[in-house]
Amino acid sequence: MIRALTLILLCQLAGETVSRALALPVPGPVLGMALLWALMSAFAPLARAVVPVGEGILRHLSLLFVPAGVGVVGHVSQLGTQALGLALAILVSTVLAIIAGALAFVAVARLTGSRDA
Amino acid sequence: MPEIADIWSYLAQGPLIWLTLTLVAYVVADAVAQFANRAPWANPVLISVLLLAGMLWLTRTPYTTYFEGAQFVHFLLGPATVALAVPLYQQGARLKSAILPVLAGLSAGSVVAVVSALWIAHAMGLSPQLLATLAPKSTTAPVAIGIAQSLGGSTTLAAVLVILTGIVGALIATPLLNALRITDWRARGLSVGVAAHGIGTARAFQVNPTAGAYAGIGMGLNAILTALLAPAILRLFL
Repeated sequence: MIRALTLILLCQLAGETVSRALALPVPGPVLGMALLWALMSAFAPLARAVVPVGEGILRHLSLLFVPAGVGVVGHVSQLGTQALGLALAILVSTVLAIIAGALAFVAVARLTGSRDA
Repeated sequence: MPEIADIWSYLAQGPLIWLTLTLVAYVVADAVAQFANRAPWANPVLISVLLLAGMLWLTRTPYTTYFEGAQFVHFLLGPATVALAVPLYQQGARLKSAILPVLAGLSAGSVVAVVSALWIAHAMGLSPQLLATLAPKSTTAPVAIGIAQSLGGSTTLAAVLVILTGIVGALIATPLLNALRITDWRARGLSVGVAAHGIGTARAFQVNPTAGAYAGIGMGLNAILTALLAPAILRLFL
C-alpha cells in the first residue's frame, strides 16, 4: 500500500513539476493522472498494486469536497447581485451539458453500432 | 477541573477539532443519505457542508481557522485526481470499444458546459474575473482551481462554483436523463461525469457501476479537454 501511495504522489509531483516548468494550461494532478494511466497500462504488476489503493482513495471522493464546500457559505453574502447570474449560469449550463453529452453519446453509439458489453 | 470553555479554546487552536468534525459531519451525512435510500436530494456533500457551516456559525469560527484542520482532507484532492487513472485503466477495454461515442459525448458536453455558462454570465453582466472563475466549473476541483488561476480568476470562488455545479448535476441527473428516456448507462454516466465531475461521478457510482465507471472516464478526460479549451472559449466573451 505504501508503495502505491508513493507512486501516486510521485506522479502528482512529476505532473506539477512539468506543468510549472513548461507553463502548461493543464494542472499538475491531471498530468500526473495521465502519467499513472500510462505506467499502469505499460506494467501490469504495477497496476495490480495501485488498483486497490486508488479505489480506496476514490471510494469516499465526496468527503474531499467538503472543506472547499464549507467556503460556499462565506462567499454567498459577498457576491451580492452577481450571485443570481452565477447561480443561473451554473444551473442552466449543467442541464444543457448533461443533455448534450448524453445525446451525442447515444447518437454516435447508434451510428457506430457500439453496445455496452 | 478546567472549564468547558477553556477546553474548547484549547482545542479550537489546533487542527484536530475541525479535522475530526469534518469526518464526523461526513459520516453523519453518509448515514442520512443511506437512510434516504441515496435519494439525490440527500447528497452527502451538501449535508456535510450545511452541518459544518452551522457549527462554524454557532461557534463564531472563521473559515480560515476551520480550514487549518480541514486542509488535510482538502489536500487529498490532488492525489485523488491522480488516482482517477485507476478507473480509466480498468475501463481501458470498454473505452476502446466505445471510443467514438465517448469522444462525441465528451466534446459536446465539455463545449456546451463552458460556452453556455459563459454566455449566460456575460448576458447577466458579470465581470471578466467572474467569467474566468466560472469557465472551468464542470471540471474536478483541483483542476478547476488550476485553470481559474491561469485565466486570472478567483481560486477560492472557483472551488465553490465547482461544488455547486457538482451538487446541481448530482441532483438533476437522474430525473433529467429519465425524462430524456436515455437508458444507456454509459451515456448517462459519461454525461454526468463531464458536466458535474467528482460529485456527479460519486452519484453515478451510487446508481449503477457502469454509469460510475463512465462518469469517471468523462471526468478524467474532461479535466484535460477543459484545460485545453477554456482559455480559447473565454477569449470569445471578453
